[in-house]
Amino acid sequence: MEYVKPAVLFKRSMVALGPYQEEEKPVENDMTGKSQLDLTELKKRSENFQNPFVKIKARNLSVYYGQTAALSNVSMEIRKQAVTALIGPSGCGKSTFLRTLNRMNDTIPGTRVTGKVFIDNINIYDPDINVVALRRMVGMVFQKSNPFPKSIVDNAAYGLRLHGIRDRDVLEEKVEESLRKAALWDEVKDRLHSSALELSGGQQQRLCIARALAVDPEILLMDEPASALDPISTAKIEELIHALKKDYTIVIVTHNMQQAARVSDYTAFFLLGEMVEYDHTQKIFEVPKDKRTEDYITGRFG
Amino acid sequence: MNGTLAIPIPNLRSRPIIWREVLLSVLARVMVIIPLCVLALILGQMVWGGIGTISWEFLSQVPQEGMTKGGIFPCIFGTLAITLLMILIALPLGVGAAIYLVEYAGQGWVFRVIRAAVNNLAGVPSIIFGLFGVGFFILFVGRNVDHVLQTGLLFGQPCMLWAAATLAVLVLPVIIVSTEEALNAVPQSHRSASLALGATKWQTIRDVVLPQARGGILTGAILSISRGAGETAPILFTGCAYFLPRLPVVNLFGVIPVINPFDQFMELSYHIFIMTTQSMDAVQTLPIQYGTTLVLIGLTFLLNLTAIVFRIHFRKRLGCVSIQ
Amino acid sequence: MQRHFDEELLELKGELLRMASLAEESIAKAVKALVERDGRLAQNVIDSDEEINMLEIEIDEICLKLLALRQPIAKDLRLITSAMKINSDLERIGDLSVNIAQRTLDLLEEPLLKPLLDISRMAKLAQKMVKDSLDAFVRQDAGLAREVCRRDDIVDMLNHQIFRELLTYMLQDPRNIHRSVDLILIGRHLERIADHATNIGEDVFYMVQGRTIKHHIEEKMAESKK
Repeated sequence: MEYVKPAVLFKRSMVALGPYQEEEKPVENDMTGKSQLDLTELKKRSENFQNPFVKIKARNLSVYYGQTAALSNVSMEIRKQAVTALIGPSGCGKSTFLRTLNRMNDTIPGTRVTGKVFIDNINIYDPDINVVALRRMVGMVFQKSNPFPKSIVDNAAYGLRLHGIRDRDVLEEKVEESLRKAALWDEVKDRLHSSALELSGGQQQRLCIARALAVDPEILLMDEPASALDPISTAKIEELIHALKKDYTIVIVTHNMQQAARVSDYTAFFLLGEMVEYDHTQKIFEVPKDKRTEDYITGRFG
Repeated sequence: MNGTLAIPIPNLRSRPIIWREVLLSVLARVMVIIPLCVLALILGQMVWGGIGTISWEFLSQVPQEGMTKGGIFPCIFGTLAITLLMILIALPLGVGAAIYLVEYAGQGWVFRVIRAAVNNLAGVPSIIFGLFGVGFFILFVGRNVDHVLQTGLLFGQPCMLWAAATLAVLVLPVIIVSTEEALNAVPQSHRSASLALGATKWQTIRDVVLPQARGGILTGAILSISRGAGETAPILFTGCAYFLPRLPVVNLFGVIPVINPFDQFMELSYHIFIMTTQSMDAVQTLPIQYGTTLVLIGLTFLLNLTAIVFRIHFRKRLGCVSIQ
Repeated sequence: MQRHFDEELLELKGELLRMASLAEESIAKAVKALVERDGRLAQNVIDSDEEINMLEIEIDEICLKLLALRQPIAKDLRLITSAMKINSDLERIGDLSVNIAQRTLDLLEEPLLKPLLDISRMAKLAQKMVKDSLDAFVRQDAGLAREVCRRDDIVDMLNHQIFRELLTYMLQDPRNIHRSVDLILIGRHLERIADHATNIGEDVFYMVQGRTIKHHIEEKMAESKK
């Protein structure tokens, strides 16, 4: 079977839909210099063009669990090849937001999502979206490292096998590549066929990252990936995130403010299901604009 | 008085003997010892009475002279055959039902109704199953099949198939509950991880959930076999024979011997039952009764042991070496 | 929510204010010694600098401790980094007061060259700037902090004026040179004190508002945008 990158597959499957355009079509400048629209209108409309630096675009996103709104009316843009951290107290909607990006909320009964999320200008909440292809493009790493009780190799190859890749050479190559990317190869190359559960907690989490990377995602979602790890393992994961940033768009939820400050380029602060503030990480941690952000990050919250 | 409430500090060197505590702990020990004694008594009596009867001839020969002599081979064969058939029917049904309950049903009213039904099924007396087997499988299903296929009276009479089906219904709750437990023991995070990698629900169940639940499911299956092997009432009217000179075997294509599910059969527990209550000379056949009982207990014990070995084996394979 | 950290920050602020009052007192005494030609007071200024120096080290240690142990962010971070800078500014102000006192002792050996009108005006202004910048720190008053910075121009102007005036004295009679240079240096010291007060004002402004007004950066940015 020919190996096709998931992003390509995903986009191929979306060709029928055509690129997303909001209500109005942008007016082309007729080169005479006499634009039909004034500057602010043009600027407003130019936001409808795809910004080459933006990977994910959420528009008026709300999530309801039954009657309660877990996330209300969030709009934000997430930059390509950068690390965006989502911070906020428990139950603020940051994890919910993260899970809307690969539609993992679909698996929780009673969840309703309104609004749109665009990935490369495709609304992933369109009814025609192939969720399986989407999740292959948007990898996820969880809070508790959750390798399957299989061998290291089988863990790393799980996603590939799932997508029908049986060729031994391709599998071997991809497994090694993903383990290298996850900075785990040197530690496990001599015991690839031993159980993943024999690894240390930090190694297990890196294996989970390798497992997610093996299917060639473009976006990596991380839900408190280091919260259960010791400082050294945490540091390794953080270094890894830093190294992965050049190839992937990373969104990370974290309770650890220092971690958000260390690893991320952008930080969004969530509170009570709303996005309060979103800015460069340095701005958030040096000069937050919102009083609530300041209170939370300095520990005065509550 | 400075207003603070002083709690007197007890003398550390005055250890009291609290008789109530001592009494309760002794009582608890006695409570454990009583059932152990009963079990030992039963086993002891069986072994004492039956060990002399056990011989190669006893295990391999057919009953002779009105079952006062000879062996019990057809009973052993019948027991093994019917439990095999039973598990072939019950396992797919039970595992399927459990997968539906755990993975698909959610927590709505459908789920609650099915759960209640399964629990009630477990509480139904086994003789009711026997009568149900006659009424439903033989008279309703069998006769109607005969009617449709114009096969005379082939399906509409007691045979091993209906007995196995009846036993399968009996052990279904055991399999469903143990499978459910095994499925619930698989961490939710593993399902999430699989789904997040783009697996479908069924792929997740097949590749992640079932392999981890395999040990629990097998344990449940073996326990249900040991339960089914010991039951008499459900097979009483559905397929058991008082005495059958031949084995329920048919030669497929004339050469390959296979179990014939449309034949009647002899069975260990039923054999004990008729020998103690129906035989002409219960006293003379006493050693045979003991011997048969010992074989039945031994068989059940062996199956339980297999279940335990399986469980340990799968625990080890899953990486947790603790044996509970 | 009340944090233990807040108490530590309060302690830091307290120490810094103690330092500020010592520095202010030092300027005041040095200027008084100069105007009243009081040698003992001048000596006193020189001797008491040791206390300021010790306090600087202590405050530095508090700040480093808080940075290391509390890993402050946002407002807390701005407070502590500003405190470190204000601390070193105050220590410099103390040193400059000592320099003034030393010049004063030098001047006592000869009669007064001229009435010290401009110099005492300048001293008052510089003193007020130091005081106001610290008030701005205490009250988190960005407006006052910015206003202090603007006053620096007046002090600079006065310094220039004193310099020109003393230049004429020196040209008139070379025997005036020694005393004139001393006075010019005192003017220069006062001007430096005002500069440090300006620095404090800028740090306070950053601490409160989170943006910098140093080196007239905002005007420059606005200009470059045009």
